[in-house]
Amino acid sequence: MEKRVVFKHPVLPYLLLAPQIVITLVFFIWPAMQAMKQSLMVEDAFGLSSEFVWFDNFVVLFEDPLYLESLWITAVFSVSVAALALSGALYLAVQADRVINGALVYRTLLIWPYAIAPAVAGVLWLLLFNPTLGVLPYLMRGIGLDWNHHVNGDQAMALVVIAAAWKQLPYNFLFFLAGMQAIPRSLIEAAAIDGAGPMRRFWTVVFPLLTPTTFFLLVINVVYAFFDTFGIIHAVTSGGPAGATNILVYKVFNDGFIGLDLGGSAAQSVVLMGIVITLTVIQFRYIERKVHY
Amino acid sequence: MVESRRWLIWLTHGILLLGVAVVAFPIYVTFVASTHSLQDVVQSPMPVLPGGELVANYLQALAEGLGEGAGTQSIGAGRMMLNSLVMALGIAFGKIAISIIAAFAIVYFRFPFRMAAFWLIFFTLMLPVEVRILPTYQVVADLGMLDSYAGLTIPLIASATATFMFRQVFLAVPDELTEAARIDGAGPLRFFWDVLLPLSRTNIAALFVILFIYGWNQYLWPLLITTDQSLLTIVIGINRMLEVGDDQAEWQIVMATTMLAMIPPILVVVAMQKLFVKGLVETEK
Amino acid sequence: MAKVSLRSVRKSYGATKVIHGVDCEIADGEFLVVVGPSGCGKSTLLRMVAGLESITEGEIAIGERVVNALEPAERDIAMVFQNYALYPHMSVFDNMAYGLKIRRLSKDEIRRRVEEAAGILELGALLDRKPRQLSGGQRQRVAMGRAIVREPSVFLFDEPLSNLDAKLRVQMRVEIKRLQERLGITSLYVTHDQVEAMTLGHRLLVLSEGVVEQLGAPIELYEKPATRFVAGFIGSPSMNFLETKLTDDGRHVVLPGGDTLALDGAAAAANGTSPGRPVTLGIRPEHLEIVEESRASAHLTVELVEQLGADSLIHGRLGDESGPAMTVRLQGIHAPGSGESLPLLAMPAHIHLFDPESGVRV
Repeated sequence: MEKRVVFKHPVLPYLLLAPQIVITLVFFIWPAMQAMKQSLMVEDAFGLSSEFVWFDNFVVLFEDPLYLESLWITAVFSVSVAALALSGALYLAVQADRVINGALVYRTLLIWPYAIAPAVAGVLWLLLFNPTLGVLPYLMRGIGLDWNHHVNGDQAMALVVIAAAWKQLPYNFLFFLAGMQAIPRSLIEAAAIDGAGPMRRFWTVVFPLLTPTTFFLLVINVVYAFFDTFGIIHAVTSGGPAGATNILVYKVFNDGFIGLDLGGSAAQSVVLMGIVITLTVIQFRYIERKVHY
Repeated sequence: MVESRRWLIWLTHGILLLGVAVVAFPIYVTFVASTHSLQDVVQSPMPVLPGGELVANYLQALAEGLGEGAGTQSIGAGRMMLNSLVMALGIAFGKIAISIIAAFAIVYFRFPFRMAAFWLIFFTLMLPVEVRILPTYQVVADLGMLDSYAGLTIPLIASATATFMFRQVFLAVPDELTEAARIDGAGPLRFFWDVLLPLSRTNIAALFVILFIYGWNQYLWPLLITTDQSLLTIVIGINRMLEVGDDQAEWQIVMATTMLAMIPPILVVVAMQKLFVKGLVETEK
Repeated sequence: MAKVSLRSVRKSYGATKVIHGVDCEIADGEFLVVVGPSGCGKSTLLRMVAGLESITEGEIAIGERVVNALEPAERDIAMVFQNYALYPHMSVFDNMAYGLKIRRLSKDEIRRRVEEAAGILELGALLDRKPRQLSGGQRQRVAMGRAIVREPSVFLFDEPLSNLDAKLRVQMRVEIKRLQERLGITSLYVTHDQVEAMTLGHRLLVLSEGVVEQLGAPIELYEKPATRFVAGFIGSPSMNFLETKLTDDGRHVVLPGGDTLALDGAAAAANGTSPGRPVTLGIRPEHLEIVEESRASAHLTVELVEQLGADSLIHGRLGDESGPAMTVRLQGIHAPGSGESLPLLAMPAHIHLFDPESGVRV
């Protein structure tokens, strides 16, 4: 889509674009290129010289059991967060769609966790699950379950998954509810006249019509779990215990910033870039968007 | 819904209220913890009703918050909130300003390298901070922007999403309006200021709500580039307050600070819900 | 106020030619309507005068000044758009005042002009409203007001009535005509609606595929269409056409079935030189009469009758059912049955002949 009517000016458009382009080049493109370059280099122990080593860093990376473990952890984390946040939101949206007058009230009551920073969301759940003073571990002890996410990796994973899903749930709820309210009432009524009960109507009429929304949200949730949950991990578990919640973005931060492994961290960055590019392409190719290029 | 049996409606409301309760529960517990003394908070189980230390805890959080450390001064949650506000406003205004003029250039002018500029901006979608942590830190360090408000905001204000949103908005403005303005004698800047900007008002407001929350909630970036305690944002501050090693964290103060960190973005979302929803939907187009 | 001159004006987009050379002089105070089917280039022509489209070749002058290189704002024109193009966020007053503010007129002068225009257009009570609070007709008036306050030397109208419903269109048409006569400002008006064109214009310019078919007064176009295209375009219902040829004496045309039809003196004299040549005969539905059998020059087999009240349209075939289609317009109420054969007379003075190849009048 293009404008038929345009202005003519020799320099104005460049001036208007300059701030955006300069910031993009300086803080996005240049660092990304540096990361790519460094991913092909190895620095000596003192950081005095570096050597071009082709794809050695990547070979080392994919032979590193810790990295492979982190990949697996990230996959488990993302799938769990997406599944929990999507199913919970869909369930609540179905209920809210039923109450004709109250849907917007419930939207208001459910929407605000989205405003909370991931790290702060982490802290909230950290308090609830604190092994010594948290309410939930206290209750769990009552049924003989010993909760300590500082020691138990599975419990730590469960904790960050719950915190991350809790924060994403309102977003999904919002889009599911909007998607459902866009389905013409007459379709539901026609199904009811055909004799379909509420469950059957949902699975044969509503859910198929929600497929585009669901797919869109799935991609958004995976992107969120991959990249936006850094704060939760950092605040709640710091990747522990024993690397049980060491997802890729936390590992790249930890190895690069704390461990100061330049080449390895850069190689991880490049792998992450590959993942973002793949997700972005999926988002643009397979989800019907209103942006035309 | 097609069915109208009474008990079904009540059941639906019951399920929804349970959902609301589950969503609100962590916040409630946090609030309760922020109103008790430390002794009360750390007893097991924690009290379930608010206590009487609300004012004292919040005043302490606002004034002192994070105590003095090795070679660092103490900083109160008040100052941290100010830092967060500066960052949130800087990012929101910065992104809107540079994106709207970039979109104006791309939509309303034809010039060499126009598509190149477009794709360059598009690439930023694929390069979140998380994938270029070290080199970006290096650039900011080389520019001497560490530990500064400029360093906190400027590197984050490039935005493909906002540029594309404004592009969509501008493409929907009828060409005849531009022609009428040309006949009225308005040049490009005047047209931008007198016509496009007022026409984009609600989009700008919606975007502002989204970006304010985005800026307020930044975590990784301020974590990387601020070491100066006086520049801590409140989200980072909470995290620092919990890093107490073997000592007992001052939970009641941490939780009061956590409440303070949540209140502004929650207020913004609830008060401007319509704009917020519009912003969410439009930036995803 | 000024005259407008178009001299060999051409427009092409790349290799596609849209306007093939238009020459036209619009006199001071004249109302010229450019009419043609959609896609004929009429809007492009208007937009070239406005300065919204560049001029590929030729010259446009307003007054004595060649304006090819001037910005729209410098051409001393005002334009009314099809969709009105009102600024949605500005009040009616601000919409009209915007161009004047840019020209840095004094506040008092702006107020005076806007109020004067609002008085003429009966918009006085609406000055504080936003466009979305107005009806279609009111928006149309605001768009005209915006043009008037500029006190331009030329008004440009780009199908200004096509977004209105039929009743309002007739009403606004009258208002535009009255306004133009009152203000006496040279006007160029583009439309696809020939009724609008006939009623508004002092002169009409008929455009087809970027070529000027004819330029002249409405009645001239109706009575002496220069081409078959103009003949078919002007007048409603359209002229009937018949592919036929002259008889050997050049004074008659051959009708289907072998009958001949006498031409009147003028037409016969003009064509007498080329006996036997093929021609396209044109006759308007209102120039056909139902007569008594003895005077009939042909017969119409009735297919369908449309009763309009004041007159009746009878659609049928010339000769038997396989003959060419023909429409007759009769005053008053007539209701012949389907399949009936009516004796028909063509008024000889209103018969038009065109060259079948070029479409030019012969």
